[in-house]
Amino acid sequence: MTKVTMTVNGTPVSAEAEGRTLLVNFLREGLGLTGTHVGCDTSQCGACVVHVDGKAVKSCTVFAMDVAGSDVRTIEGMANADGSLGVVQQAFQDHHGLQCGFCTPGMVMSSAALLAENPRPTESEIRHYLEGNICRCTGYHNIVKAVLAASGQDAGAMAAE
Amino acid sequence: MPKDTGIGASTKRREDIRFLTGKGVYTDDLSLFGQAHAVMVRSTVAHGRIVSIDTSEAAGMPGVLAVFTGEDFKEVGGNPAGWFIKSRNGEPMREPKRPVLAHGKVRHVGDAYACVVAETYAQAKDAAQVLADAAVIEELPAIIDMKAAAADASNRVHDEIPDNICFDWGWIEDNRAAVDAAMKAAPHVVTLELTNNRLVPNAMEPRASIGEYFPGTGDYKLTTTSQNPHLTRLLICAFVMGIPENKLQVVAPDVGGGFGSKIYHYGEEAVVLAAARKLGRPVRWTAERTESFLSDAHGRDHVTKIELGCTKEGDILAIRTETLANVGAYLSNFSTATPTFLHGTLMAGPYKVPHVYVNVKTIFTNTAPVDAYRGAGRPEATYSIERVIDKMCRELNLDPFEVRRRNLLTPDQFPYTTPVGLVYDTGNYQATLDKAIELGDVAGFEARRAESAKRGKLRGMGLSTWIEACGIAPSHLVGVLGSRVGLYDAATVRVNATGTISVMTGAHSHGQGHETVFPQIVAEKLGIPESSVEIVHGDTAKIPFGMGSYGSRSLAVAGSAMDRAIDKIIAKGKKIAAHMLEAAEGDITFADGKFSVAGTDKAKSFGEIAFSAYVPHNYPLETLEPGLEETAFYDPGNFTYPAGAYICEVEVDPDTGKVDVVSFTAADDFGNVMNPMIVEGQVHGGVGQGIGQALCENTSYDENGQLLTGSFMDYAMPRADDVPFYTVDHSCATPCTHNPLGVKGCGEAGAIGSPPAVVNAVIDALHRGGITHVTHIDMPVSPNRVWQAING
Ligand code: FES
Ligand code: FES
Repeated sequence: MTKVTMTVNGTPVSAEAEGRTLLVNFLREGLGLTGTHVGCDTSQCGACVVHVDGKAVKSCTVFAMDVAGSDVRTIEGMANADGSLGVVQQAFQDHHGLQCGFCTPGMVMSSAALLAENPRPTESEIRHYLEGNICRCTGYHNIVKAVLAASGQDAGAMAAE
Repeated sequence: MPKDTGIGASTKRREDIRFLTGKGVYTDDLSLFGQAHAVMVRSTVAHGRIVSIDTSEAAGMPGVLAVFTGEDFKEVGGNPAGWFIKSRNGEPMREPKRPVLAHGKVRHVGDAYACVVAETYAQAKDAAQVLADAAVIEELPAIIDMKAAAADASNRVHDEIPDNICFDWGWIEDNRAAVDAAMKAAPHVVTLELTNNRLVPNAMEPRASIGEYFPGTGDYKLTTTSQNPHLTRLLICAFVMGIPENKLQVVAPDVGGGFGSKIYHYGEEAVVLAAARKLGRPVRWTAERTESFLSDAHGRDHVTKIELGCTKEGDILAIRTETLANVGAYLSNFSTATPTFLHGTLMAGPYKVPHVYVNVKTIFTNTAPVDAYRGAGRPEATYSIERVIDKMCRELNLDPFEVRRRNLLTPDQFPYTTPVGLVYDTGNYQATLDKAIELGDVAGFEARRAESAKRGKLRGMGLSTWIEACGIAPSHLVGVLGSRVGLYDAATVRVNATGTISVMTGAHSHGQGHETVFPQIVAEKLGIPESSVEIVHGDTAKIPFGMGSYGSRSLAVAGSAMDRAIDKIIAKGKKIAAHMLEAAEGDITFADGKFSVAGTDKAKSFGEIAFSAYVPHNYPLETLEPGLEETAFYDPGNFTYPAGAYICEVEVDPDTGKVDVVSFTAADDFGNVMNPMIVEGQVHGGVGQGIGQALCENTSYDENGQLLTGSFMDYAMPRADDVPFYTVDHSCATPCTHNPLGVKGCGEAGAIGSPPAVVNAVIDALHRGGITHVTHIDMPVSPNRVWQAING
């Protein structure tokens, strides 16, 4: 066990980790940040996506030690300073982009990363970018709409109700 | 003007706030003081005799606290099938015991035969591997193919079942001769053999369970990923472990999707309870995704021959089917109901077809158990019917829209008794068909096809007009049909002294949005703000009783129970108001949150009545109990019958065989709609799953019973770029005639109606492209299969 230190959601944190401890387990078990989920064991589902130094990363595929010293952002750090929902989160609620909520943290983190890279993505760019995030509930319709809306585009005009 | 509150409003979901901020609490998110970790040891062979399991080395490893094998549970009961089926010859179905942990034999890859509990997950996992290496399991030939299983009586999944057949069911057996005669007399008979592909439900949250035992009281607590905590408690207590029901609390907290797979009781739930008792510590288990693939109940897996007798003009005269349905290695809780009463009873579709006969043989194989998955039996029925009708249209050169119109029941025919035992209460199938034609712009299809052709793509259009029976279910009817449980539901409406309301419902929300929708109904009926109402669900210690959520039953059954309980609240409120207002009870009316004396301006608000019920200073205590809390149990009078028309357009690339769904239109009749936003979301999700089944999902075992599609790398889940935006509509509503809300249920519709629309569209595209030798392609209609069919 080694002490691993990083910044999570703007706060410096440290916790014990083994060499084999994955970032997702470090967050969930070490820090109690259970908003980041585990949906698979093959790095396919995207339920575990967080931002490491501004980039979307599947936290089940990196060791906690390898991101020591990094700036990590999780779903718990996505709300506005006053506690209200951030832009992407709010768009997901407004457009019913979630049902059971299990894929949602990863979807929000991936969508936010997309919008940081590409502030006005097309429908097909959104669908392509979210390929690594599986949702079993929504059929993706309202997720894509939510991302369009979060980018300031008229989602209603682009997708039938 | 759309409403912004109450029934019919697209109220935004309140539960979203916690899910969007990472504050949902799913089972695996809980961390309990002193918890130990369980890891299951699962069979790596499909079929084998357990010769010996030497647990000594594993038991002595660092951190290991306990080891369990099937031997430890051999005295406890089996996990039962909830539905009793009789074969055509009157014999009862064969019901092999389903043990907590495999004992004697392992029967599918992933069959758990031991469990290791340790201080940490890593220690348990390491010891589980050592235990697996020390177990001696003599491999037997795997029984995988259904036809071969039924033909070879020497190789048996269960030694006591000679032909691997669970039952051979005929529906309705007495009608068989008449159906055979009608088929024989029919001017034209269409025959189609098809497979309804085996699917893995893959709720994104893997199954997880935490057992606790409290030695001071002898109470147990199970926190688990369940769609129906009371049913799980019943199964564990009454059948498996013999714990008195009042000593086991089952909690299903936030649950990350179910789609059927979390209805059932699984052995791991019993193991963590037993381990918690033995160790006096909480014991937790969470499935890895690989374990989910291997051990969650799968769905579908039917092989069907369907025949349809008709006139040359396309009037359907008779339908006859023979189906082999895989139940896997053991009977999961609903596995005997799914291929029978959720399938055979729907085989008349929404059509006026006079003669229908259904034969289903269920087969044991060395594969994971198969059970209800979103739609459960009804997608299988719909797929068979809608595909064979499409084939009929091609053989007789008839228009698929016109053929549907000819055969659909008309609104004047309700209530309509089908030849397969159901009574459809209401519907307007022409209206949904017209709506789909309009929204799907069928008139503009030819232009779109020409445009696709310019890009080298073959465009096709597929139609499906579907019906389902849901709102499961009238207890008296399902009792006659073999159900071993009642399928009513319950609700308690508790008006607190300050006028806020807690509703304890037997429904369980795992994505459906009950926490938002149920308050809309309460608020509308009581004239109070939605925000004053809280829904309590998922905990046997907090809610009166409940059969949970599946079969599109939450609103139709549990919602109706809630509606009844609210009526009782209003009735009691009237008595209190009559006393306070010094009027006759019969003169009190209730509207807009006020109890008034008819024809006067004398009134008491709902809050004043609630307060008086709890502070009964001016109150008819001689005749009326204080307090304002009512419970209702509701047993539906009939199933509900949502129906609709779906149109899918695809583009096929003739060079690669790749199919793209380019548009999808769903026009549904769900009866009254409580929250359109949520209903539409349910349809989107169902259609997404249906497109997944039609185009990419498949569960494949090799001849040795190894699961070839055991991860998301191999099992093709639909992704965001596999599906288009959908057009959905629910405006053609005929309210259900027998429940108080007039609702029919919408959760399964999309998954039921969409697969045949997709496949019909693919065949249509090939035919329009001149590739007319292809009459059917089995799902999933993958590029490989399409290319083979084109070039075959
Ligand atoms: S848990 Fe990381 S991709 Fe599935
Ligand atoms: S909302 Fe349930 S998996 Fe996406």
